[in-house]
Amino acid sequence: MPDSQSLVKIRDLHFVRGSRKIFDGIDLDIQRGKITAIMGPSGTGKTTLLRLIGGQLKPARGSIEVEGQHVENMGRSELFQIRKRMGMLFQNGALLTDINVFDNVAFPIREHTDLPEQLIRTLVLMKLEAVGLRGARNLMPSELSGGMARRVALARAIALDPMMLMYDEPFTGQDPISLGVVVRLISSLNDALGLSSIVVSHDIHETAAIADYIYLLSGGKVVAHGSADELAQSNSEWAKQFMNGEPDGPVPFHYPADDLHVDLLQKGLD
Amino acid sequence: MLSWLQLLGQKAIDFFQRLGRGHLLFIAILSGIPELLLRFRLVVQQVYSVGVLSLVIILVSGLFVGMVLGLQGYNTLVDFGAEESLGTVVALSLVRELGPVVTALLFAGRAGSALTAEIGLMKATEQLSAMEMMAVDPIRRVLSPRFLAGFISMPLLAAIFSAVGVLGGFLVGVSLLGVDEGAYWSQMQDKVDLHDDIYNGVIKSLVFGVVVTWISVFEGYDCIPTSEGVSRATTRTVVHSALVVLGLDFILTALMFGEV
Amino acid sequence: MTTRLTEIWVGVFVAAGMAALFMLAMKVSNLSTYNEGEGYIVTARFEDISGLKERSPVTMAGVRIGRVKAISFDNDSLQAVVTMRIETRHNALPKDTSASIYTAGLLGEKYVGLEPGGDDKSLKQGDVVKLTQDSLVLEKLIGQFVTKMLDNDSDGKK
Repeated sequence: MPDSQSLVKIRDLHFVRGSRKIFDGIDLDIQRGKITAIMGPSGTGKTTLLRLIGGQLKPARGSIEVEGQHVENMGRSELFQIRKRMGMLFQNGALLTDINVFDNVAFPIREHTDLPEQLIRTLVLMKLEAVGLRGARNLMPSELSGGMARRVALARAIALDPMMLMYDEPFTGQDPISLGVVVRLISSLNDALGLSSIVVSHDIHETAAIADYIYLLSGGKVVAHGSADELAQSNSEWAKQFMNGEPDGPVPFHYPADDLHVDLLQKGLD
Repeated sequence: MLSWLQLLGQKAIDFFQRLGRGHLLFIAILSGIPELLLRFRLVVQQVYSVGVLSLVIILVSGLFVGMVLGLQGYNTLVDFGAEESLGTVVALSLVRELGPVVTALLFAGRAGSALTAEIGLMKATEQLSAMEMMAVDPIRRVLSPRFLAGFISMPLLAAIFSAVGVLGGFLVGVSLLGVDEGAYWSQMQDKVDLHDDIYNGVIKSLVFGVVVTWISVFEGYDCIPTSEGVSRATTRTVVHSALVVLGLDFILTALMFGEV
Repeated sequence: MTTRLTEIWVGVFVAAGMAALFMLAMKVSNLSTYNEGEGYIVTARFEDISGLKERSPVTMAGVRIGRVKAISFDNDSLQAVVTMRIETRHNALPKDTSASIYTAGLLGEKYVGLEPGGDDKSLKQGDVVKLTQDSLVLEKLIGQFVTKMLDNDSDGKK
């Protein structure tokens, strides 16, 4: 849905890893102030897409515009400038293990600003409060549960008040309570801070609950896109298989192999 | 036959690629050093984990190597009636060769492998990636301080090794085997030259410091971010460091002590 | 480990390393006996200086009073020229001092031993030591000894 409100515009993106085509001509728009979800079966390169947006990877072809600037052409220093305005939440939090929670959240602030420690303290405590972990500020990452680590990572991601947040599989492997927490945090932070969020996930239920717009990727292409309701009612085979969790469909159940007959009669002559 | 050639060619290309990556990383690390002088706290932290924590093994090894030198040296020299020169033998062996080389090998095993594992683990748990996304250059933030710390620590450790070794030789030679105390020190002082021996030994340890720390840090940064990848990288650090140190030692010795 | 404690340990480590380097320089090396300091230059010529090196000691009465500064070869006289630096405080060496090359111990290194003469005047910067005796080369000694033995024999037979 091309729109002048797009914060991120991806056009005709091609990306290859080894001999595999990860992206084969993708068009995407991330709108300001909204939560956009990128979904698809495992291994379709959803995390790769986030890295491409952040400039950690360069596309083989195509353009990635963030706030009008072409990320794929940026030099090192320009990339670092624009990354200060992006926050990213990694799948396992990726906290720095040798410093405690407080220092982890303070890390980007200390690295990029010259603010006095008093002010930093206030900021950090407020960010931790937003994710509900102000009391855990002196713990070390090794003492945190997975869910708590992710929340601290979230606090760190919003430390510099970015314009955009990227979530890499935030719902994967969480217990129902933590799941509820994360879902609530993503949507309330987006609204409260006026952020634009990109959520990469394959959890339909949670994603559908908060996403304003969904892109469905498979085989390196966008196979469906729309709001959660639109996709649920879509006639596309892809959309149906994914949204309903059907084991077989456009994404096949069987890994490519020879005819079963032939295999069994081989008598172990493989 | 052709596939063997292909394999060899592929290995050769991989080797050069690694070599290239390693050197590019080296330049990136060096360019991050000037700004460290303002944030010296990072370096101090690393000197602690790389230098101070290696002290125990260096002290113990130095002492024992010195004592063995004293023992073996005495056994050989006594046949020529030259046991008074024990001090010289112990001191020269340590200062010229064993100090820098053994310290470098021990350092690679203890501190080098620890560096590789640490950085490899940071890569595997996406901490380095997270830093990049927070617009912090992981090379300057993580690798440069560790490199500088290794460079600073190595000559200090080598000096401590040699000094303790000389004392160890003294313990065995003089206290145990009866070499004259005065002769031990005076013969040594006569024959060990400040410029030729001590300075050269320090230069050797500086070179080894650069090389071992560089290899350790590179292997960690370049490893495959899985548990197997990290473990392989740690092994490579120790093996490659050892090979390069011994090879360089020959070249440096030939250059420094070649023509007497 | 608090930052403060870490920093203290690092300080101790660096101090220990420096101390070790210092100890090596002072007690182990020849720094204390090595004085590239003031002295005056004196030369001597020899037919054979085999084994004598630069920085070899120059002694008188067994005490080191200087060092060999340079060794060169004179193309005209085909002699070895040994340049020595004598420490300034030893400025009363008679002008007719003689220089010989000795070996320290059986397998030791060579050094220049000076023997005083009786002259009132002293050696000064740039002077030449006239009386010299060469290094004792083992092969020549044996050769001399053998020749002497043969002479004695032939004498005895007469």
